Amino acid sequence: AKKELSEHFKTYKDVWVFIEMERGKVHTVSWELLGEGRKLADKLGVQLAAVILGPPGNDLKQAISDAWSYGADLAYVVSEPLLKDYRNEPYSKALTDLVNTHKPEILLLGASTLGRDLAGSVATTLKTGLTADCTELAIDDDRCLAATRPTFGGTLLCTIFTLNFRPQMATIRPRVMAMPERRDAKPGRVIEFKLSMVEDDIVTKILDFVPDTSTEEAHLAYADIVVAGGLGMGNPGNFRLITDLAAVLGAEYGGSRPTIQKGWISADRQIGQTGKTIRPKLYIAAGISGAIQHRVGVEGADMILAINTDANAPIFEFAHYGLVGDATRILPALTKAFEARLAVRRMAS
Amino acid sequence: MHIVVCIKQVPDSAQIRVHPVTNTIMRQGVPTIINPYDLFALEEALRLRDKMGGKVTVLTMGPPMADESLRKALGLGADAAVLLTDRFFAGSDTLATSYALAAGIRKIGEEEPVDIVFTGKQTIDGDTAQVGPGIAKRLGLNQLTYVAAIRSLDLENRSIVVERRAEGGVQVLSTGLPCLITMLEGTNTLRRGAMDDMFRASRATIATWSAQQAGVDDIALCGLRGSPTVVKKVFAPQPRKEKAKMVETAGKSDAEIAQATLDTLFSANPKLETDLRKLAAAS
Ligand SMILES: Cc1cc2nc3c(=O)[nH]c(=O)nc-3n(C[C@H](O)[C@H](O)[C@H](O)COP(=O)(O)OP(=O)(O)OC[C@H]3O[C@@H](n4cnc5c(N)ncnc54)[C@H](O)[C@@H]3O)c2cc1C
Ligand SMILES: Cc1cc2nc3c(=O)[nH]c(=O)nc-3n(C[C@H](O)[C@H](O)[C@H](O)COP(=O)(O)OP(=O)(O)OC[C@H]3O[C@@H](n4cnc5c(N)ncnc54)[C@H](O)[C@@H]3O)c2cc1C
Repeated sequence: AKKELSEHFKTYKDVWVFIEMERGKVHTVSWELLGEGRKLADKLGVQLAAVILGPPGNDLKQAISDAWSYGADLAYVVSEPLLKDYRNEPYSKALTDLVNTHKPEILLLGASTLGRDLAGSVATTLKTGLTADCTELAIDDDRCLAATRPTFGGTLLCTIFTLNFRPQMATIRPRVMAMPERRDAKPGRVIEFKLSMVEDDIVTKILDFVPDTSTEEAHLAYADIVVAGGLGMGNPGNFRLITDLAAVLGAEYGGSRPTIQKGWISADRQIGQTGKTIRPKLYIAAGISGAIQHRVGVEGADMILAINTDANAPIFEFAHYGLVGDATRILPALTKAFEARLAVRRMAS
Repeated sequence: MHIVVCIKQVPDSAQIRVHPVTNTIMRQGVPTIINPYDLFALEEALRLRDKMGGKVTVLTMGPPMADESLRKALGLGADAAVLLTDRFFAGSDTLATSYALAAGIRKIGEEEPVDIVFTGKQTIDGDTAQVGPGIAKRLGLNQLTYVAAIRSLDLENRSIVVERRAEGGVQVLSTGLPCLITMLEGTNTLRRGAMDDMFRASRATIATWSAQQAGVDDIALCGLRGSPTVVKKVFAPQPRKEKAKMVETAGKSDAEIAQATLDTLFSANPKLETDLRKLAAAS
């Protein structure tokens, strides 16, 4: 299926990362992607650009300066009041026009609700390929982007190319790529770009924004320690044992999909393929069998401890440490042991 | 009011297996279902129709046997069904899929203009969530993704207000018709089909359109040829080489097991203890 890239597309150069900013804050996935984009740009010997869209002000300035710290060489900036809150029309217009004017060969976006909404529109207008939810990116011998992603709920992986069109677009889920180290960097070049749209052109209006009430909600993906329970916890009351341990560890808690479906815990706490990807230093999974759809969301953890009554549970195939036993008895014992140990050390230190 | 709901027939992914030698997907004998996420879209459409009158047309692109899913949707109460099926559609990626579906929707709209197009949030096989935005862009529909609730629909003024799940909260958006909505899961409860709908469905004729009949203007934009993405390799995830190290539990009390677990974790990774202490102190 390989054809020669047309002369027109040969002029497309550089790796771009879309920097996702909502209500003044950059989504961490954008920095993770700059880290990954840096590797791709170095391999190709091209520049890495941050694409930053938002209303003028300090938040925008901060985002630009952070982009240098996370490895960008240059930044395309659309500073425009009507980009204050995300709406598809002005954002897809700005990003599409930027691509058509400055021609990147690779364009990466976070697979967040914003990123997926935007990427699908932009790729369709540009008539180029878009690979969704990638877990691995590489450059092949022909300088093409090899984007690997799980499908069929994680049972399969596939590697996808966009051979004959540019840019090669991909979305990547939060927490799949490691956060890059901040470095001292001198500012790069800023290329300002004007949005050719005014408020009257935009049909969609934002009437209200209702922030999530459970403030701890979104932190699961970025938690250092996560304790989760599965159907093996037996009943919603037993979930208390999970949250007790989480509290002692300063951890976030979550669950497998059935625990959400049964209403034991809220939907934003689902871990796995159709929930959150986590990357903690320690993941404790109690009463979770370790189905592939769960596994793909937790494999980035540095250390996994699984507690299960069944010595043959699949979770023991990818956990680092295992404990065969009844979670409803082991968890309270663990909570006590951690509490004692951490408290003693705290006093001693 | 005319609503089109896009539904995809997918393999029941819980039962998908990979051939151990060839690493290809073994679809044989795997039952197919309506993509579960699409049922929330269908239910929402049916509720709007029940409340405001009008018609719901279900649309799918797929092999001839995909008419099974359409028939199920009719049994749940949809009014009409269209199947796009053609060998030219085979191998479509999301760009080619949205092209074909957009053509189908345009054609459906010739008979009766379409006010709202619904899709699911994503599928459980391809799982990209890209087809909805693709259709919206191609047809110039106002795009509303991750919709959790429809607050109001005003057919007279051709406007709609929805709640959209965004990062960190819910956006309340108003936009004009026609629009495309990708419906979030868990937002409603699917009805059971009524007896007369099921009876009607079993005997309904399903409009079956080839690419040409759907009014596709450039066959080169369909299927494999019209797909910029190329799947080069499909493979099963590599199993981890080592299995979990098991904490010895035989003959120990729960407290002793817990102690042994801590010792194991912390001796394997002393830094973890420092990190934990910091976290516990902070919380
Ligand atoms: C398209 C699709 C997407 C999916 N996405 C996700 C996803 O994002 N996340 C997800 O988690 N799942 C997902 N699933 C579901 C997944 O396939 C599994 O069904 C699910 O992960 C199983 O949850 P579980 O381990 O809690 O339950 P089970 O598989 O029922 O396992 C319960 C475990 O608890 C053990 N147990 C029982 N009693 C005790 C006890 N007292 N103490 C200790 N252990 C005990 C049992 O031995 C068993 O291993 C998805 C499925 C599909 C088809
Ligand atoms: C292993 C594998 C990986 C793939 N990866 C990619 C990729 O990264 N990028 C890419 O462009 N393509 C990819 N594809 C192709 C993609 O799955 C197909 O284009 C598919 O036809 C639609 O995409 P989806 O299943 O992701 O749908 P989604 O975009 O997730 O579907 C959203 C909604 O659109 C509607 N819809 C989708 N398909 C149809 C249909 N055929 N008929 C009616 N309604 C429909 C449904 O309402 C659905 O809920 C992949 C395919 C496979 C087998």
